[in-house]
Amino acid sequence: MIELKISNLFMIFGDNPDLAFPLIEKDLKRKEIKEQTGQVVALRDINLEIKKGEIFVVMGLSGSGKSTLVRCINRLITPTKGEIMLGKDKNNILEAKKEELIELRRKKFGMVFQRFGLLPHRTILQNVIFGLEIQGASKEKMKEIGEKTIKAVGLAGWENSMPNELSGGMLQRVGLARALAVEPDILLMDEPFSALDPLIRVNMQEELLRIQRKMKKTIIFITHDLDEAVKLGKRIAILDEEGVVVQVGTVEDILINPANDFVKTFVQNIDRHNVIKIDYITRDNKVVLNPEMNPSDAINKLKKTRSTYSFVVDQDHKLLGRISLDDLAKANAEGNKTIESSIKQCKSIENIATLSDALPLLITSKTVLPVVDEDRVLLGYASEKAVIKVLKGDGLND
Amino acid sequence: MIDIIPKIPVGRFLVDIINFLRTNLAIVFAAIRSIIATAVETVNSILTTLPEFVIIAIVALIAWKTAKIKVAIFSVVSLLLIISMGLWRPTVETVSLVLVATLIATIIGIPLGILKARSKTFASIIEPILDVMQTLPSLSYLIPAVLFFRIGIVPGVVATVIFAMPPSIRLTSLGLEQVSKEMIEVGKSFGATSKQLLLKIEVPLALPSIMMGINQTIMLAFSMVVIAGFIGAGGLGEIIIAGLQRYNLVIAIEAGLSVVFLAIILDRITKRLGQIYDVKKS
Repeated sequence: MIELKISNLFMIFGDNPDLAFPLIEKDLKRKEIKEQTGQVVALRDINLEIKKGEIFVVMGLSGSGKSTLVRCINRLITPTKGEIMLGKDKNNILEAKKEELIELRRKKFGMVFQRFGLLPHRTILQNVIFGLEIQGASKEKMKEIGEKTIKAVGLAGWENSMPNELSGGMLQRVGLARALAVEPDILLMDEPFSALDPLIRVNMQEELLRIQRKMKKTIIFITHDLDEAVKLGKRIAILDEEGVVVQVGTVEDILINPANDFVKTFVQNIDRHNVIKIDYITRDNKVVLNPEMNPSDAINKLKKTRSTYSFVVDQDHKLLGRISLDDLAKANAEGNKTIESSIKQCKSIENIATLSDALPLLITSKTVLPVVDEDRVLLGYASEKAVIKVLKGDGLND
Repeated sequence: MIDIIPKIPVGRFLVDIINFLRTNLAIVFAAIRSIIATAVETVNSILTTLPEFVIIAIVALIAWKTAKIKVAIFSVVSLLLIISMGLWRPTVETVSLVLVATLIATIIGIPLGILKARSKTFASIIEPILDVMQTLPSLSYLIPAVLFFRIGIVPGVVATVIFAMPPSIRLTSLGLEQVSKEMIEVGKSFGATSKQLLLKIEVPLALPSIMMGINQTIMLAFSMVVIAGFIGAGGLGEIIIAGLQRYNLVIAIEAGLSVVFLAIILDRITKRLGQIYDVKKS
């Protein structure tokens, strides 16, 4: 489902933006337009669709207009032209009146800022409940939600501290908690981890992914750091220095099929095998068995699909192990009622593993391995061949 | 050459305006007069009803809590000295005058400062007025005050209010202008109305600067209150001026010292209030 749809969005800074449009038509560069008209074209014809529950990363170098873009969404900056449609009611944010806009900002959006933006005169708890206070929530509700959210970001015990007593990483946890406390549909994160030390940044990225697994918010995440973008984003939009979206796609799309030279030079220093997730090469299993099956049925099932083995899962589709055709034949010969006793333990790869995590496992096990999620639910299988194909730079177009 | 420039009756014209105001706005001036007189009398009577030692203890406690123990000790010693010089009564009068004048100056000045930060038009109007107010010699404030309120405590307070107000306006406005863009964005992004933005973000963040403005206003009020002694505003100012006129240096110096003591005590306390706040936020 589409949560947010941005269409034909232009942002032009200056006293007379209309002057710039004819020049934009002619495809002039930002610099030329500024020289001729004095107007600065920050964003040019942006079209994006952001799906519900995804982390959508907007990536660009400084001056690409990415911070402007995120501010257009909650209208901290009012765009010159275009449409931003919200959710299923298809509200155009750009047409919202003053009161509607305040209501939208209160209910729909939570924003996290690059330099945290915490209010220095308020305690951590008072900072976290700021949004609720603005909405006029009751004291009990504010306290309850505030404490709950502080706990969720791992800061329990710090409620009554002042911001100056906390480190950078902790401050941004507070920033995140403040945004989450209003239970927004959409989280806008403007380079939230850029001001943090590298180690803490990695920490916070993992923290965000952890929180996201539980909360499943729609997140629009701005960054200039490609490593961060590929780590967090399922889908990424790349803005070039002219404020144009040059490519929107999954991490793998962008790494394997860069849309133009700009993207290519951008991604060339990225280690594919450290970035591309095993998900990308995971294939569906042709056949899956249950432990209660009787051996001869299982053999038939395998033969039908011309398989020599199969993974076995329980009723929740969680991986139990694997079983080969030979094992099944043996079980059948021994007259076992079910195949349960023949299941062999096998290694598995978690779906968040990167190719470089998975490759050694695949090589040493000399066979395909099952791919599971964090709850050991079987998602498919991965093979060494497929990994090598991606690393060689071929797409997976077969 | 000079002869061809006609004489424009500037002075006459202004006096006419003043007379017009005096006759037509008499009720307004009477109201202002009674409000100020009541306020000063109330503060004065509270301060005179309380025993000296109670007041000294309260001042010392406030100084100790807000500033340092050193300031508290200084307050006790200097206030005792004032009693021993026999200047307690006029000191209390002066303090009443300063407190009332500061209160009025900040009640008017802070909102004007907020307005100045908010509106470019208002800023461009008030900026030159503030410049004039801050360059005019303090004595010249007495003249309009006397014209409208005759002599005594009320014109003294009025002149003091006007003289002491500019820092409240300027520093309030400066503090608000220095609130970072990001903080404003924080407020807006959570859906704050402009009133909420002002009360929950801008004013709290500007508070150290506003406190500094109040501190400066108090200091200016002290200097003006002495000069207001010329128009019979009472207190230490009148004693200093009487001392100078009669060439009684002893009494003038003692009263002058008392003013200095008061100024130092109030300066330290109000300055620390601003700093305490600053430390908490940085």
